Amino acid sequence: MMPDLGKYADTVLWSYVAAVVVLGAVVAMTFWRGRRVRAELAEVEARVAGKAGTNG
Amino acid sequence: MSLWKYSNPSKFLTTSERILPWVWTLAAICLIGGLVWGFFFTPDDYRMGSTVKIFYLHVPAALMAINAWLMMLIASLIWLIRRHHVSALAARAAAPVGAAMTVIALVTGAIWGQPMWGTWWVWDPRLTSFLILFLFYLGYIALWSAIEDPDTAADLTSITCLVGSVFALLSRYAVNFWNQGLHQGASMSLDKEQNVANVFWFPAVTCIAGFVLLFVALVLYRTGTEIRARRMRALLARERAVA
Repeated sequence: MMPDLGKYADTVLWSYVAAVVVLGAVVAMTFWRGRRVRAELAEVEARVAGKAGTNG
Repeated sequence: MSLWKYSNPSKFLTTSERILPWVWTLAAICLIGGLVWGFFFTPDDYRMGSTVKIFYLHVPAALMAINAWLMMLIASLIWLIRRHHVSALAARAAAPVGAAMTVIALVTGAIWGQPMWGTWWVWDPRLTSFLILFLFYLGYIALWSAIEDPDTAADLTSITCLVGSVFALLSRYAVNFWNQGLHQGASMSLDKEQNVANVFWFPAVTCIAGFVLLFVALVLYRTGTEIRARRMRALLARERAVA
């Protein structure tokens, strides 16, 4: 299945590894920060709503 | 129906959450399909050998590195002219994705250049303007983080974006301006005479579609995160003011 990359095998494979690592890191960091911000916002909104309920 | 209704953060969030699963799915299909097609099912080039397979990563990444900055330019102009917060946050959200695309273009270009040109790097007009574009990405991201007031940060980063656009355009057209340097002209063209052979062109176009869709998905998702982060900062500020 693996194509014969000849004498440039390292060159081609390292390019793909580098690109996959960078793209993977961007996607992973995007989801990680997205989930963290969602959780923190939910916590702050719940606290603010709780305080408003207590004061009201 | 007006495009400006998406400048409302709530409208933007509900619409982007509805379309995001489709964009992620299409991005994955095009990106994985295009790369598998290009890597496993295309022949070697008669001059470049198997290194032609790097073309499926390098060209879409370089294209997106420039177009991401141009998208940021449009969003920055909307912010400067109409003061829509969502556009400023979209520009902020796009910057790390554009920087990642620039890194991929620079790294894959250097890896390809070593066996083909006999050097990892040369101060060629296109390579140099691309490196400066990357530095502008870093400066833009750092400026957003360094300024506490979000409106001031949006103003200053928008100006940075306007200045950096010169290098975004220069990196696209540098090959045409100067007839020197090692980097070849455009490999993908609407002109059939200049274009690469169809056997390389079709998987390359699929990869480009994959990179574009991935960029759109990432920017929509990240803009949603920035909108939530902004709301959280506003709530915390109000809480502090009351206490």
